[in-house]
Amino acid sequence: MDANTSQLLELIRPFKGQTGATIPVLQAIQTNVGYLPPESFALIEQEMGIPASKAYGVATFYAQFRTTPVGKHLIKVCDGTACHVKGAVNILTAIRDYLHLADADTTEDRVFTVQVVACLGCCSLAPVMMVGETTYGSLSLEKTREILDSYRAGEV
Amino acid sequence: MDKTTILVGYASCGIAAGAREVRALLEAKVAENGAAAVVKQTGCLGVCYDEPIVEVHDAKGRWVYRKVNERKAERIFAEHVLGGRPVEGFLFHELSASGREPSHYVLKRQERIALANSGVIDPECIDDYLAKDGYQALRKVLTTMTRDEALQVVIDSGLRGRGGAGFPTGQKWSFCKKTPGTEKYLVCNADEGDPGAFMDRNLLEGDPHAVLEGMAIAAYVIGASHGYVYARAEYPLAIRRLRIAIDQMRQRGFLGEKILGTDFAFDIKLKEGAGAFVCGEETALFASIEGERGMPRIRPPFPAEAGLWGKPTNNNNVETYANVPWIIRHGAAAYRAFGTEKSAGTKVFSLAGKIERGGLVEVPMGIPLRDVIFDIGGGIPKKKAFKAVQMGGPSGGCLPASLLDTPVDYESITATGAIMGSGGMVVMDEHTCMVEVARFFLGFTQRESCGKCTFCRLGTLRMLEVLDRICEGEGRQGDIEELQELASQIKGASLCGLGQTAPNPVLTTLKYFREEYEAHIRDKRCPAGVCKPLITFHIKADDCSGCGACKKACPSDCITGAKGEPHEIALDDCIKCGSCRDVCPTGAVYTR
Ligand SMILES: Cc1cc2nc3c(=O)[nH]c(=O)nc-3n(C[C@H](O)[C@H](O)[C@H](O)COP(=O)(O)O)c2cc1C
Ligand code: FES
Repeated sequence: MDANTSQLLELIRPFKGQTGATIPVLQAIQTNVGYLPPESFALIEQEMGIPASKAYGVATFYAQFRTTPVGKHLIKVCDGTACHVKGAVNILTAIRDYLHLADADTTEDRVFTVQVVACLGCCSLAPVMMVGETTYGSLSLEKTREILDSYRAGEV
Repeated sequence: MDKTTILVGYASCGIAAGAREVRALLEAKVAENGAAAVVKQTGCLGVCYDEPIVEVHDAKGRWVYRKVNERKAERIFAEHVLGGRPVEGFLFHELSASGREPSHYVLKRQERIALANSGVIDPECIDDYLAKDGYQALRKVLTTMTRDEALQVVIDSGLRGRGGAGFPTGQKWSFCKKTPGTEKYLVCNADEGDPGAFMDRNLLEGDPHAVLEGMAIAAYVIGASHGYVYARAEYPLAIRRLRIAIDQMRQRGFLGEKILGTDFAFDIKLKEGAGAFVCGEETALFASIEGERGMPRIRPPFPAEAGLWGKPTNNNNVETYANVPWIIRHGAAAYRAFGTEKSAGTKVFSLAGKIERGGLVEVPMGIPLRDVIFDIGGGIPKKKAFKAVQMGGPSGGCLPASLLDTPVDYESITATGAIMGSGGMVVMDEHTCMVEVARFFLGFTQRESCGKCTFCRLGTLRMLEVLDRICEGEGRQGDIEELQELASQIKGASLCGLGQTAPNPVLTTLKYFREEYEAHIRDKRCPAGVCKPLITFHIKADDCSGCGACKKACPSDCITGAKGEPHEIALDDCIKCGSCRDVCPTGAVYTR
């Protein structure tokens, strides 16, 4: 999805004149566009008077923000403490192998993006991952592959 | 009782375990059959290991079903809801109709104050909360108590901050109350940064009104008119329920101008975090609300003098606020009846890792760690040996079996070198490498350091490099001393708690598991069988029953052997994931 300037402006304008709105405006853009397109920062400066350098500094400080597009399905693999001691690293390796990801985090067909996160709050079901809005717990290597199979199947 | 109520545990953990499908099925069945029943959602009971949980309340009592899937839900509906006969085989335990007197051993050792409504009421329904004496404490404070009287109750209760440091809550409120000024802020820290802890998520998903009521009471005492909840971005359901609860409060006159007909005015805004551990530190949190990078600020001035937007501010943790309404309703002495002299009341702990019954528990402070982990938590799965419990997350430490009799209270836990922290307990068994765990935490704090202090930014990186090296089998003589030296420098030269405590996981593992470091460095051996460059997997022929479980689990197809015959691992293709060891029923898989 490519965002055009008017869509970005529409997302930015409601925050005009609000104090402490840097993070909320970035969140609004990311939620709707999927990431922060480079032109967002200049537009934020133009509309809200927040220097682009500052907005960019905030965007790169917080783990939530992305400045590159993500695949259709965002897979968040938890590597918090509970998931870590229950083998999260093996799950991550299996997912990356399955998707044939060498260095990149997004598959070439832009269908999947893999992101490592620290704790999804379902630690008692570790290891845990999230695909889009759906959380999957008590993962084994086999179960992980089955879940990915089901998403793959939905793509063809 | 006319209608049967079907309660579905619908917190993030329940949903992840399959509650969505179960709920949809039950709702469809009720509609289809025109049954005299309602399906309601509730938060998490804390027994996450048995999710999804479905509770049926009928004329005869309350029945709790465990590990419910669609197939079980269908039978529960047909036999119990329609037929009036509980499905014995699926039951978790029986609850007496008179109230929550669970006969089950898991809940028996617990005392529920903060979690009283969690898994009982519908968190999105304010009337459910009101029916449990909700907002009675706020009413009592506003209509019958002076600000000083209310403050005194909190001081006398001995309540201490549940966010980690355990600072006396009443005292904290009195500082902010004393600061002159008409514009004051009240903040609720719902950033829950410890990766492996989920008490606050559960409270917010299970009983958001209790937290918000606690905030309103604190605001009245302090004289604050603006409130903020700063919630962790990874908790979408908690955020949704908070938003609903805040709107409901406003509609019912518990927020806004002239609350409950008095002159008290207070409003609450919700701020979503954006994924930075350091933002759990209160001054960084204020910076984040203000729209800045979340970097801690130098104190003094303290938040009570100049916090959010430079105004006097009081910040407490979610669980701290959640205790306040109960304390006001029941009095300080009732609260003090639980816990110890210095650590009054109860504390919620989250149990996770290598533990049989992972979930949330609330116990009186002072009970031994052993009781929490073994009696309530059920101990270690698959008959493995307990090795350590990690408390306090990245600021805490790993406690060995020899310290299992330590009472869980602030002072006793701190004396071990760990900290109580926010209440996360991650249990580790014999197959957890303590050096690797230390590396894991250092990796975390190193990534999460905001970069303001040199020692925190670079010192943690140097420590991580040393730990990486040890785990890779390249450890050198002198590495342990170097870690200790760096640790003391980082502790001494960091502005905020992140840096000051970052070395703790390394220091406690060095203190209690030094021989494991030495095995890595001197013998190039990982005794727990975790650090891949140092191990190879094998199958003990004498112990192997030839069941084939490992062969099936192996992701790289490198295990061979005929059914009933000892199996073998082809080392060249083995990726050392340990799947075979996890599934082997006879413990025949070992590492060298
Ligand atoms: C790096 C760091 C992370 C923290 N994370 C949290 C957190 O996630 N939640 C929290 O309540 N307190 C956290 N704290 C502690 C807060 O700074 C503060 O002490 C606490 O919110 C005060 O509330 P209390 O008195 O009710 O415990 C953190 C502190 C540090 C140094
Ligand atoms: S550690 Fe993975 S969900 Fe908490």
